[in-house]
Amino acid sequence: MAVIETRNLTYTYPGATKPSIIDISIKVEKGDFVLITGPSGCGKTTLCRCFNGLVPHFYKGEMKGEVVVSGKDITKTETHELAKYAGLVFQNPENQLFALSIEKDVAFGLENLGFSREEMRKRVDWALNLTGIYDIRERSPHEVSGGQQQRVAIATVLAMQPEIIVLDEPTSFLDPLSAQKIFEVIYELNRKLGITVVLVEHRLDLTAKYANRIILMDDGKVCSDGETREILSSEETRLMGVGIPKATLLYQLLKKEGMSLGTITPLSSDEMAKILLEVFANR
Amino acid sequence: MIEVEDIYFKYQSGTEALKGITLKIKDGEFVAIMGQNGAGKTTLVKHFNGLLKPSAGRVLVDNIQTTKSSIASLSKTVGFVFQNPDHQLFSETVEEEIAFALKNFGFNQETIEKQITWALNLLSLTQYRKTSPFMLSGGERKRVALASVLAWDPKILVLDEPTIGQDHEQKEILRQFIVQLQTQGKTVVIVTHDVEFVAECNPRVILMREGKIVADGEGKEILTNTNVLAESSIVLPQIAQIFAQLESMRLPKNVIDIYEAKEILQRAYGRQKE
Repeated sequence: MAVIETRNLTYTYPGATKPSIIDISIKVEKGDFVLITGPSGCGKTTLCRCFNGLVPHFYKGEMKGEVVVSGKDITKTETHELAKYAGLVFQNPENQLFALSIEKDVAFGLENLGFSREEMRKRVDWALNLTGIYDIRERSPHEVSGGQQQRVAIATVLAMQPEIIVLDEPTSFLDPLSAQKIFEVIYELNRKLGITVVLVEHRLDLTAKYANRIILMDDGKVCSDGETREILSSEETRLMGVGIPKATLLYQLLKKEGMSLGTITPLSSDEMAKILLEVFANR
Repeated sequence: MIEVEDIYFKYQSGTEALKGITLKIKDGEFVAIMGQNGAGKTTLVKHFNGLLKPSAGRVLVDNIQTTKSSIASLSKTVGFVFQNPDHQLFSETVEEEIAFALKNFGFNQETIEKQITWALNLLSLTQYRKTSPFMLSGGERKRVALASVLAWDPKILVLDEPTIGQDHEQKEILRQFIVQLQTQGKTVVIVTHDVEFVAECNPRVILMREGKIVADGEGKEILTNTNVLAESSIVLPQIAQIFAQLESMRLPKNVIDIYEAKEILQRAYGRQKE
């Protein structure tokens, strides 16, 4: 079942001379972990803004085509209603934090949905713990570092436990190990709770291994859409200048030189190391 | 040259962000400062252009102590690009953004015009010359911030997380650009978490933890040092991760470059065949 579907979606920001996204028709199935990537400025963020109705409700502009999220036509559904289904974590966390304390920021969405006090407490603590910010919950979100703010932004969305989580470069300010931990948490929610994840990322080194599907965008259009290994092993992807994981690239380079490495493209260094160990052991 | 002599820094909140840092960065060096969130990286580089003054110890930029010079005059020598471009962008158009500092430094109109065109071209922003920076994507805004600093041609460039939000191609352009700056004798200091970018550049790496320097040396030595990295919450670059798991094959350990990795593995493969 598709939880997000766009049909011939084209959108132009007010005052812009050309559309930011052009004729996009994609389907995201329930339980998918979809990675959207492509050059800077290709329209990834704009596409995500459609998933919770920020485009066109907040940004206005001109939209053609259709976007259906959890069965709702976004143009006919208000953003606070859509927020129940799709939680969005923005690129820049400062844009989404406003409360006096981190805890209040995380609780805010729940208050609006009318949860009981106990349920709220439970969910807020759960989200604060998952993202590793429980200890700083009483501080103001504006006095903590960019990386901590990103954790807060992720916690606010997790607490709502929406069907779909859309994350736009959610860990760019975090150090790699912290980023990896956050991705692990999101991946686990995806597998255990079946939450659909749409992740916008340039850093495929860190994230390709979690995704079952990759959507490649360029210049406002979708240019590839398919299974992760398939997309990463295609020549077309490499030529597009997408940052293919080094492990995948090393596999391709060695294969080109005639090394027999099997047919399964590795997505992570662990997978590549395993392939190499086998190849060298069997000789 | 930047000389940091045993500096300490305490924020008003009481947090001791730097606890005795000593280092020297020579002209033409390319240095990456790494470490986990809160290690003191940004606090340290803010001392290079006098944005922060040490509580103890001293910082000299080209032999002048930062406490004895104004931020305005220091920033002409030390260009600083912030982590979050929204902290530094404010103009109506990209062009005005870049012109702002140039005007303040008193360049003539002709030079300003020339520098704007040069910087826009360099960072593939020419098409956005008349656009508001706030209409641009995160990655593009980051490039506008960089362009506005590059335009006045500072001798030392400090880039706080320059690769955030940048795609593969932009990172490659940035890498080549840094190499080019080095050949001109300029100093480039980046603060970064991007281990893959550092692995591609192989600069000098200074690793910080809790306000102190815990390692300082060539990138390929530090980024393959599993123990010291783990303590600093740094993940090894993928190539180093692979080689760390191939211990039984007795390959060289300090490999972070993909092409070097390829050659080594090919040779090992060929040897086994014989």
